[in-house]
Amino acid sequence: MKEFDYRRAPDVPGALALLDDRPDARYLAGGTNLVDLMKSGVERPARLVDVRELPLDRVEPTPDGGLRIGATVTNSDLAAHPEVRRRYPVLAQAVLAGASGQLRNMATVGGNLLQRTRCAYFTDTAKPCNKRAPGSGCPAVTGEHHNHAVLGASRSCVAVHPSDMAVALAALDAVVHYETADGPGELPLGWFYLPAGDTPHRETALPAGALITGLTLPPAPVAARSRYRKVRERASYAFAIGSVAAALDVRDGVVRDARLAFGAVASRPWRARTAERVLIGAPATARTYADAAGAELAAARPLPHNGYKVPLMHNLTVAVLSELTGEAAR
Amino acid sequence: MTTAQRTAVRAVGTGHVRVEGRDKVTGAARYAGDVPFAELGYGWLVLSTVARGRIRDIASGPVLEMPGVLAVLDHRSAPRLETDYVGLLGIRPDPTCAVFQHDTVPHLGWPVALVVAQTPEQAREAAESLAVEYETLPHDIAFDGDRPDARPADGIMPAVTDKGDLAAELAASAHVVDEEYTTPEEHHHPMEPHAATARWEDGRLEVVDSNQGAAWVVGELANLFRLDPGSVRVRSEHVGGGFGSKGVRAHQVAAVMAATVLRRPVRVALTRPQMFALAGHRSPTVQRVRLGADADGRLRALDHRSVSRTGTHYEFVEPGAGVARVMYDADAHHTENRVVRLDVPSPTFMRAPGEAPGAFALESALDELAEKCGIDPIDLRLRNEPATGPVSGLPFAPRNLRACFEEGARRFGWARRDPRPGVRREGRWLLGTGTAAASFPAGAAPSTAAVTAEADGRFTVRTAAADIGTGARTALTLVAADALGVAPERVTVRIGDSAFGFAMIAGGSMGTRSWSMAVMAAAGELRERLAPGMDIPAEGITVRSDTTARLAALTAVERHSYGAQFAEVAVDPATGEVRVRRMLGIFAAGRIVNPLTARGQFTGGMIWGISMALHEEALRDPAFGGPVGADLAGYHVATHADVPRVEADWVDDTDPDDPVGIKGIGEVGIVGAAAAIANAVWHATGVRHRSLPIRPDRVLTAGSDA
Amino acid sequence: MALPTSSVITLHINGEKHTLPVDHRTTLLDALRERLDLTGTKKGCDQGQCGACTVLADGRRTVACLQLAVAAEGREITTIEGVADGGRLHPVQQAFLDLDGYQCGYCTPGQICSAIGMLAEHAAGWPSAASGDVRPAAAAAPLTAEEIRERMSGNLCRCSAYTSIVEAVARAAGADAATAAAVVPAQSGEAVA
Repeated sequence: MKEFDYRRAPDVPGALALLDDRPDARYLAGGTNLVDLMKSGVERPARLVDVRELPLDRVEPTPDGGLRIGATVTNSDLAAHPEVRRRYPVLAQAVLAGASGQLRNMATVGGNLLQRTRCAYFTDTAKPCNKRAPGSGCPAVTGEHHNHAVLGASRSCVAVHPSDMAVALAALDAVVHYETADGPGELPLGWFYLPAGDTPHRETALPAGALITGLTLPPAPVAARSRYRKVRERASYAFAIGSVAAALDVRDGVVRDARLAFGAVASRPWRARTAERVLIGAPATARTYADAAGAELAAARPLPHNGYKVPLMHNLTVAVLSELTGEAAR
Repeated sequence: MTTAQRTAVRAVGTGHVRVEGRDKVTGAARYAGDVPFAELGYGWLVLSTVARGRIRDIASGPVLEMPGVLAVLDHRSAPRLETDYVGLLGIRPDPTCAVFQHDTVPHLGWPVALVVAQTPEQAREAAESLAVEYETLPHDIAFDGDRPDARPADGIMPAVTDKGDLAAELAASAHVVDEEYTTPEEHHHPMEPHAATARWEDGRLEVVDSNQGAAWVVGELANLFRLDPGSVRVRSEHVGGGFGSKGVRAHQVAAVMAATVLRRPVRVALTRPQMFALAGHRSPTVQRVRLGADADGRLRALDHRSVSRTGTHYEFVEPGAGVARVMYDADAHHTENRVVRLDVPSPTFMRAPGEAPGAFALESALDELAEKCGIDPIDLRLRNEPATGPVSGLPFAPRNLRACFEEGARRFGWARRDPRPGVRREGRWLLGTGTAAASFPAGAAPSTAAVTAEADGRFTVRTAAADIGTGARTALTLVAADALGVAPERVTVRIGDSAFGFAMIAGGSMGTRSWSMAVMAAAGELRERLAPGMDIPAEGITVRSDTTARLAALTAVERHSYGAQFAEVAVDPATGEVRVRRMLGIFAAGRIVNPLTARGQFTGGMIWGISMALHEEALRDPAFGGPVGADLAGYHVATHADVPRVEADWVDDTDPDDPVGIKGIGEVGIVGAAAAIANAVWHATGVRHRSLPIRPDRVLTAGSDA
Repeated sequence: MALPTSSVITLHINGEKHTLPVDHRTTLLDALRERLDLTGTKKGCDQGQCGACTVLADGRRTVACLQLAVAAEGREITTIEGVADGGRLHPVQQAFLDLDGYQCGYCTPGQICSAIGMLAEHAAGWPSAASGDVRPAAAAAPLTAEEIRERMSGNLCRCSAYTSIVEAVARAAGADAATAAAVVPAQSGEAVA
């Protein structure tokens, strides 16, 4: 870890000014990912701008019935917030499925959105990696990739996005708000993360130097009955090998509305819109859920050692949707 | 002050909280990296990034110019070491610890340099900045069971045992099991990373270290640096776990080198990722087990062949096939350990070396045989209880495996078990139960101890034992109290200091048995010497013991700890998730010195079995030769949520012919635990898992094949 | 002009102020251990992957290895050295001691600090991944063994003293009865909520 300058941002304009569009400056919030990456040499900033104490730590209802969530709200506070739990249980569950109590106390909403992949080739600076060192190659394609991507295929990078929270946000149509020196901006979550394509080092559509200030969640009555299920290689404190965020509105045996997103299968949280199209208006049966999962996963392009993710995601989708249907029936 | 009245209450056998417990719960206990030194230099090891080759150049010049950097040691500048010796455990040193002696790189993560700086931050950056140029040579880490270059190798036991005509007995068998089982590369990962601080003072070398035997480390350092062992002192008061990994390793040697060159104290601590290369590990194994039995389950043929992997620079054999030599007899009986040399770090002893992977294969195969024979798995084992050592022919010291199974079956509710697989469902979960047998040798090695009657009426025991979490300090307090006939509160046990003389290491489940013999001998003699009412001089009265002659006089028998493992699992066939719901282990392990801490030793071993069965696996990328995801997020060990109610208890296991009656309990708990879980997974799903760990992807893909 | 890479900071630890110059790279963990001789907080992985360095920051459990010391200025830090009330052990410490909630002891300070923080989180009504229904209308999750296990999963114990750690945490929480009932093995597994 090389030496660096450290500044505490007094306010949002001050943070932007301190970052000053310097490519070697980084915002620091909870630090759970950035400090780790600095230790492994993946990140070597010359300046840290500490934004953790900015007044962006509120969760507030919006007039239209949604929520606005500040960027420095900790993962713990987000998951514990009564309105989050009431309106968007899938989001609270996703956050609680991630990391550990300690890390959730430190990590922030903004930082969680920006966390980097756990691909072991990315975090080992002695290895090639197109995401870390563009053009150097992707050893995961021919190497150890049993937890790599099966959807959104790119030969340049097969790493998966590690966030649980962002999978729920994808299902909830969250909008990311940011500030730049030129003024504020916003990005729907579906546009926030860029496809890996040939430029896996470009992960988000945030303008250079932008500071995430928060999220808004639009009202989503369907989310009242929602769930996050995560499968991992240990019962807790492990990254997903597959996860599903789902919300389902069933009336009279018919799916009226549905939201579905997958985690740990792509370079970004995977909104399963193809599956949603199959679901909405169809009978609320296991057959429908299997058809929906199959339609989404038809695009899967597994590598030699991660083909299991296709049946895993298929089964998990059917299971979660069936559970939600069972609840609706009660 | 006079000697006090004898106490009638025995301390051994009743639960006592750890004597150092208060220090451990308040943070006052100082581990190796916690002991402060003035003018401390921080060493940071630089490891090779190639899997095989030669060092062409190390650009130490620019790094020496960096802020705070005190030294860069490499093969051109480091002190020379002596490596041609046989150490106190009767084995040669792993040359990985003899750092910086040549330009050859035999595996990825080989130590190539040490950077020392005034602060840890400076040392880390300087180490990261050190440019090392290599001549890269092709490497080979491809390990499988069919390598033609795998050859029989002895290690800690003979490579091959053989009796009878296997082909004939297999042909004559009513039921035959012939399967291959694999276990992956596993790592110890004690919570405390290896750390050592070395300093010279008045011509004497002192090392504050985290190890499993201070006297052992002194011997190795004295040999390596050609020093008089009397001028070297190693202290290791509190040790944050070892599991076989904490012998002499690169960090102590590098710290001594740097302290020698810089004439100031230097600490070298391994980072967690560095431990994957430098702390040793358990080799992967590929094991073939062939069992042939009569219709009633009696074994006619037993063939267990295990292939493991070692480095090109040092041979360590993971003896997976050894466990059958103790557990089961057959008319034809063949066991064989082979090893293949590859461009990887050398493995080492890891909790129940041989038995842990070996019992997974053998006890899984027995479960398969029970299924084929239509016999209850416990009955099958009890029908094959040998009268004498299957290979040695020696009589058994008490072998109370039957009692373990009977008590375990009763408490686990085994009699209610429906043997059919795949028929119990609870929501999304399929449920199953499984069992397996466990054994581990109960050995002892020469040790010394000193017991002093102090003038204030207290007693002090000094022995170079190590408490790596086993509760040894407390156990020896109780043993000494009973031998002296006083209350444990009057006994102070001091351990972890080589100044106390030679003692067995905390390893091989031999520590407490070996040290107790020495403590009992010295304490017993002291008790004889102390007459009631006798005055104790200010310097006290000290009696020393050495158990060498006494151990040599022991009659050779098959002396082992035994156990019966039971597990209940739940498997979600839709996601491949496996959860252990409960475990029970009943053990026959001699006299249990401290039930409070012993329970933790047994359950800790059983939970290692959960971890081995479901989680642990270091995957190496053949292209690079190193592990992928070398950290505790990539290498999963069981955490709280993976561990349900795990119970351990024991049956009476008295051995009237044994002078101490204490057996080791540190390792038997893991033996068979993974097999019990794998057998339960079969019972839940009807699918056999012969490769560990039983990951969700394996359950999913195996299910689709079935 | 070279940017400043160190600062003089004041840390508030266990009720005491410590003013010291720090390299910005120094983590709170290294500041405690190498600068302030507060070595009860342990370094197990230095990567946020084991929990051995858990301390309380403004009452909330935190891993000190991923917390830069300079960024901890202004926060009230409690380490294992600060949880006892003078000579009287904290109930969590006492329960670990009495129930043998450890073996080697290296993860123990982190387990204890984590348990103290966790009990406060539970008392505040925070749900966990083991809680099933997270909606606020649902009854607050009782502190079953399963809840303790999930909430403590950020603290690895390689000696695997997990069963006695959970018993110790339950006893300290005053939840003995409820938790004991929950951990008794039932016919087909465990009667957890």
